[in-house]
Amino acid sequence: MSEPRLHGNDLTLAYDERVISRGLSVSIPDGSFTVIVGPNACGKSTLLRALARMLKPSAGAVHLDGQLITRYSTKEAARRLGLLPQSSVAPEGITVADLVSRGRYPHQRLFRQWSAADTEAVAEAMANTGVTDLRHRRVDELSGGQRQRVWLAMVLAQQTPILLLDEPTTFLDIAHQIEVLDLCHDLHVSHGRTLVAVLHDLNHACRYASHLIAMRDGEIVAQGAPGAIVDETLVREVFGLNCRIIDDPETGTPLVIPAARQALSTSS
Amino acid sequence: MSRLTVEPTGLSPTAYVLRGPRDASVRFDRRVLLMCSLLVAVMVAVFLTSLAVGDYTISAADVVRTLFGNPPDPLADFIVNGRRLPRVLVAFLVGGALGASGAVFQSLSRNPLGSPDVIGFTSGASAGAVFVILVAGGGMLQVAGGAVTGGVVTAVAVYLLAYKRGVQGFRLILVGIAAGAMLTSGVHYLLMRAELIQAASAQVWLTGSLNTRAWDHVTAVGIGVAVIAPLLAVLSRPMRMIEMGDDAATGLGVDAERVRLGMLIAATVLAAISVAAAGPIAFIALAAPHLARRLTGAAGAAVGSAALMGAALLGASDLVAQWVLPSPLPVGVVTVCIGGLYLVWLLAREGRRNHV
Repeated sequence: MSEPRLHGNDLTLAYDERVISRGLSVSIPDGSFTVIVGPNACGKSTLLRALARMLKPSAGAVHLDGQLITRYSTKEAARRLGLLPQSSVAPEGITVADLVSRGRYPHQRLFRQWSAADTEAVAEAMANTGVTDLRHRRVDELSGGQRQRVWLAMVLAQQTPILLLDEPTTFLDIAHQIEVLDLCHDLHVSHGRTLVAVLHDLNHACRYASHLIAMRDGEIVAQGAPGAIVDETLVREVFGLNCRIIDDPETGTPLVIPAARQALSTSS
Repeated sequence: MSRLTVEPTGLSPTAYVLRGPRDASVRFDRRVLLMCSLLVAVMVAVFLTSLAVGDYTISAADVVRTLFGNPPDPLADFIVNGRRLPRVLVAFLVGGALGASGAVFQSLSRNPLGSPDVIGFTSGASAGAVFVILVAGGGMLQVAGGAVTGGVVTAVAVYLLAYKRGVQGFRLILVGIAAGAMLTSGVHYLLMRAELIQAASAQVWLTGSLNTRAWDHVTAVGIGVAVIAPLLAVLSRPMRMIEMGDDAATGLGVDAERVRLGMLIAATVLAAISVAAAGPIAFIALAAPHLARRLTGAAGAAVGSAALMGAALLGASDLVAQWVLPSPLPVGVVTVCIGGLYLVWLLAREGRRNHV
C-alpha cells in the first residue's frame, strides 16, 4: 500500500517563539472524512493550517501526492487541495455567484479567465450547497447559515480532490450545522473526496467522521474510526470530562453524554 | 482561426465573457464597460474644452485641426500644442495614477479610507519637498526629487515597521497614521521657521497644482505610468483574491505576500510620480475608487475604472480651477471641494437608503 496523498512527518509547529506541537506526525487516509477534535487551544487548527501550507513548520515537512507541499507552485497546490478558512471576508457588495466563481481562480490564467468548465463547476457547486436560488443576491445580505454555504460552494468550485475545512459549523444553528455536515458526508461518499475538518462538537465528529484524530496539548492522543477509539477513558484524557458513552440511536456511532454534576439536585 | 465571440457567463445579468482564438477568454461586465466608456467620453469632452477655452479662445474645429498638425495660425499651434495639451495630459496621467493607487491601497488595507496616505506616503513626500524648498533650496526638479525621496523612504519605513510575519492591513494603517502625524508636525515646524515668501511658495506646492506643466512632465509621468500599468494589470486579479483574507487567497493559489508587496510598490511608484509632477493633490486617490465603484456597481475596488475616474476628475477639476472661478486657483483646492462634496452626498444618500 502506497503512502497516503497528504501526510505530515515530524512536524514542529510554532507561532514565532510559541511552540504548539513538537514531533507531530499525521497521515490523512485517502478518501476518508477525517475529523480533528480536541479542547480549545490544543493545536487542531494549527495542524490543519500546516497541512494546508498556511503555516510553515519550523521543523518537519508536509507531503502532498508524494512531494513536499512547498515544491508545488501555490496555484498547482490549490488545484489539489482546497481550504475553507475559519474566517474569510466577503468583499463589499459581492454577489453569491461572483464569490463562488472565485473558487475557479487556480484553474484560470490572465487570458484564460472563463471556460465552459468554470461555468459547469460553479453551477454544480451552487447546486450541491443549495445556493443556486441565491446566486444574484449580495453575500452581505445573507444569513450566517446561507453565507457559510456560499463559502463552502466557493471551495467546492475549486474541485480539489482534498478539502480542508477549519470549523465549518461555527456560528451556525443546529439545523444548519447538520446541513453542512450532511453535505460534507455526501461529498466524501458520493464524490470520493478526502475531507479533513476541525470540529468542536464531539458527537458530530463521532457521527460523521470515518477517521477521528483526537488531540491534546499539541499531541495526537488517539486516531482511528470513532467506534473503535471513543470511550469514557479517551474523553476524560482528551477533554478532562467525565461522561457516559451510549450508541447513537440514529447511527449506532458513539454518543457522548456528559456526566451531570448536579444530577440529583436538578432531578429532584 | 476562430472569431471573437461574446457570451454571458450567467454569474450576473451583466456578466459576459469574450472568447478569442486558442481558448483565450476575458471576463467583463456590461455595466462596467458602459460606465467606463462614459468616463472616456467625459475625458474627451474635458480634453477638447481644456484645449479650446482660455484667455485666447479657440474654436473646437480649430483645436481638432491644430491637433492633427494643421493649425489655423502659429499662435493657436503654440497655445494648443505647447501650453494647453501638455497640461491636460499631465492632469489625466496624474489623476489616473492617483485613482489607481488609491484603489490598490483600499484593496490592500481592506479599508474604504485607504489611500497613499495610509502608509504615510503623502506626508513623507510633503516633508521631503518642503525640506528642499525651505532648507536645502533648489528648483522644481530638486523639489520633485525631494518629494519622491521623502515619500518612498517613509513608505519603506512604514512597511518594515508594520512587518511581522507578513503585513496585515490594519497594522499598516496604524503605523502609517503615526508616521504621517509625525511628518506633518515636522512640516509645520519647517513652515513656522521659514521666511514668509518661502513659506508661501512651499504652501502652494503643498496644495498641489498643474500650473506651468510642460512636455517634459508629460514624458516623465507617461513613462512611469506605462511601466507600472502592465504590473497592475497582471497583479490586480490576485489582489482581488486577497480582499477575502490571506488564508482564503492562499488556499486559492495566490502568493499573498508577494502580490501585496508588488502592488504596494506599484501603487507607491504611481503616487510618487503624481506627487513629483503636481504636488500632493488631495482627495483624488481617496474619492476616485469610491465614485468608480458606485458608478459601475462592481464589488471591491477595481483599479481600471478607478484610474479612469481619477483622470476624468482631475481633468475636470483643473478646468474648473482655471476658468470657472473668478480667479485661477491651484487644482488641489478644487479637487477637495468637488470630490469631497460629491463623496459626502453619495455616502449620505447611501446611508439614508440603507436605514429606511
